[in-house]
Amino acid sequence: MRTGTLPVWQKRLFGDLPTAIVTILLAVLMVAALVPILRWGLFNATWNGTTRADCVAGGACWVFIKARFGQFMYGLYPPGERWRADLFFGLIGLTIAAIAFLRGRKRVIALSAITLFFPLIGVWLLGGGYGLEPVETRNWGGLMLTLFMSIYSALIAVPLGILFALGRQSELPVIRIISVIFIEFWRGVPIIAVIFLASLLLPLIMPSGIGVDRLARAVIGLGLVIAAYIAEAVRGGLQALPKGQGEAAAALGLGYWKTTFLITLPQALRIALPAMTNEFISLVKNTTLVLVVSILDLLGIAQASLADPNWVGMNMEAYVFAGAIYWFICFALSRWSRAQERAT
Amino acid sequence: MMTRWLNDKTIRGYIWQAAVLIGLVVMLVFFVRNASENMVKAGIASGFNFLWRSSGIDVPFDLTGYSPSDTIFALFWAGVVNTLFVSALAIVLATALGFLIGLARLSSHWLLSSIAGAYVEFVRNIPLLFFVIFWYFGVIASLPQPKDSVSLLNLFFLNNRGLTVPRPIDGAPFLWAWLAIIAFAFLQWGVSRFAAARRARTGTSFPSGLLALVTLGLAPVFALIAASFWTGWDVPVAGKFNLRGGTVLIPEFVALLAALVTYSAGFIAEIVRGGLLAVSRGQREAALALGLTQGQTLWLVVIPQAMRVIIPPMTSQYLNILKNSSFGAAIAYPELVSVFMGSALNNTGQAIEIIAMVLAVYLFFGLIVSFAMNVFNSRMALVTR
Repeated sequence: MRTGTLPVWQKRLFGDLPTAIVTILLAVLMVAALVPILRWGLFNATWNGTTRADCVAGGACWVFIKARFGQFMYGLYPPGERWRADLFFGLIGLTIAAIAFLRGRKRVIALSAITLFFPLIGVWLLGGGYGLEPVETRNWGGLMLTLFMSIYSALIAVPLGILFALGRQSELPVIRIISVIFIEFWRGVPIIAVIFLASLLLPLIMPSGIGVDRLARAVIGLGLVIAAYIAEAVRGGLQALPKGQGEAAAALGLGYWKTTFLITLPQALRIALPAMTNEFISLVKNTTLVLVVSILDLLGIAQASLADPNWVGMNMEAYVFAGAIYWFICFALSRWSRAQERAT
Repeated sequence: MMTRWLNDKTIRGYIWQAAVLIGLVVMLVFFVRNASENMVKAGIASGFNFLWRSSGIDVPFDLTGYSPSDTIFALFWAGVVNTLFVSALAIVLATALGFLIGLARLSSHWLLSSIAGAYVEFVRNIPLLFFVIFWYFGVIASLPQPKDSVSLLNLFFLNNRGLTVPRPIDGAPFLWAWLAIIAFAFLQWGVSRFAAARRARTGTSFPSGLLALVTLGLAPVFALIAASFWTGWDVPVAGKFNLRGGTVLIPEFVALLAALVTYSAGFIAEIVRGGLLAVSRGQREAALALGLTQGQTLWLVVIPQAMRVIIPPMTSQYLNILKNSSFGAAIAYPELVSVFMGSALNNTGQAIEIIAMVLAVYLFFGLIVSFAMNVFNSRMALVTR
């Protein structure tokens, strides 16, 4: 009997007649679909050059992406100050490294330090002031802005979500009802409407004279909606926890807050982590909606770059590039979430 | 005395609740006062009288017979109908495509299931807005001019002005067809109830599944075919420069529908796959061992259990499609958010009233669905000790 990979594949693809027919049909379809795509994106594509005139091969004009790379990454951020955005990217990289490589106590310390200082340092780096030249938020854009909005909305959403998840599980009726209303309200309305709502209502409900930055409105709007979804994820974790955990803690004489923060919540959050990551993925995807209030995130800047008269007809190049970045971010996150799920 | 009070669980509960409630009320009063001050300062009117003013807003795609001289309320209604129209079509098409992909993913054919898996991984990790923009500016905008439309069977014509479809000249036969379909559904419901009751009483079975094939499958198809022969059709004809006749579905509609269907199908495929995998093999084997036929096993054992897993996430997916139809606002498909929160709000400036109305529509449908879901869950829930 022969062993090895080849016979296995033979059996998988051509095991019997129907299998073989389906294989051949699918292969033909795949070739028909992939060949034009590869011809456009790779074989007939232009990689080198500086202007549209360099693109004569008939395929994709990646020169456009090269020429626009700075905008795709930083939006209209002043070129002389882009090192600050690079530092911001570096901070995100450090956070990921801390999550990936540190274990145990070191990881807890590193992540607590990051959660404590990252938000302020990030805003200071990008916004300026205190020694750095101020850059207004309307000049922020591109991938930098996508990541900024995702992270800062999550910083609003996670604590708020945990709070409302605890509220929904509370024995006190008033707190429970308020939590249910909050969660069901934000889960029931479209995010695009919430972004409109935040950009229209937030300036209206603040005392006159206090303006709310346009970007901050979008971040708050996104944060509120995602908080409701995070709350449901955390509730799932709390409900999955055996009742005995809370009861044992109470029997040992711990009060509500100690029971919650030392016993039940840490375990519940570990169970809820994959679900929370999935909500974070949908947050990253939903940051694109700020397009409707003219904030230029990665997708927005890709769309806006098409209006350049020097680069007419670059739709596909811009979309493929932006889409690929979104795909990589979300795919990496979903893989990580799945690994977490298996680990617990 | 005081500490004993403060350590009492019930009293502490009251204190907490009172504190939260007072905090909330203070916050709300603060916001409302600011809002009313700011509105007076900006000269914005309040109240719902603006709804009866003439709107003056043109809607490029409409099913309600709206015209710009109608009231703003009519505009609101046109937006609601457009939202429901695109959502309903997207739900039907995405379910069909999602089931196909979900089944393909479970197929024992390696290449087929891999392609389906790749599709799901591709679609789920890309923003929906990307799909909307891609279909609108990438695909539809690059289609040929109307005079070189892509035609399908010479009935449907696709070009950069949208999709031209045949239009029934008379709607009445379809109304009758739908009434007949509803009547058949009721008939089926009655017969199944009778059959179930008789089986419980006497043990004799009745082929209500076969009857369902007729009443829910063949009869509706036949009724719709008959109706479409009865009515005349205004079929689009390719002219020299343009298409004549038919109804034009605007590019925004086609792009939004295509985006919703291709995106949601990826999620529905996962739900279907999860549901079918959730029924353990033992269930099927036990049913066969008890002497049930293959068909009975499938219809009485596997599908009911898979449905219990599939239906709850599926309804929330349908609600997502309804909410996601608001992505049309990004390409100016005249759905509710776009016409009302966009155009009407710009014209009147009455942000609070308009936002409240729009959110109320979505929350209303959400409430209906979650109510139906609760009824369904209480009926379908496993009866355990």
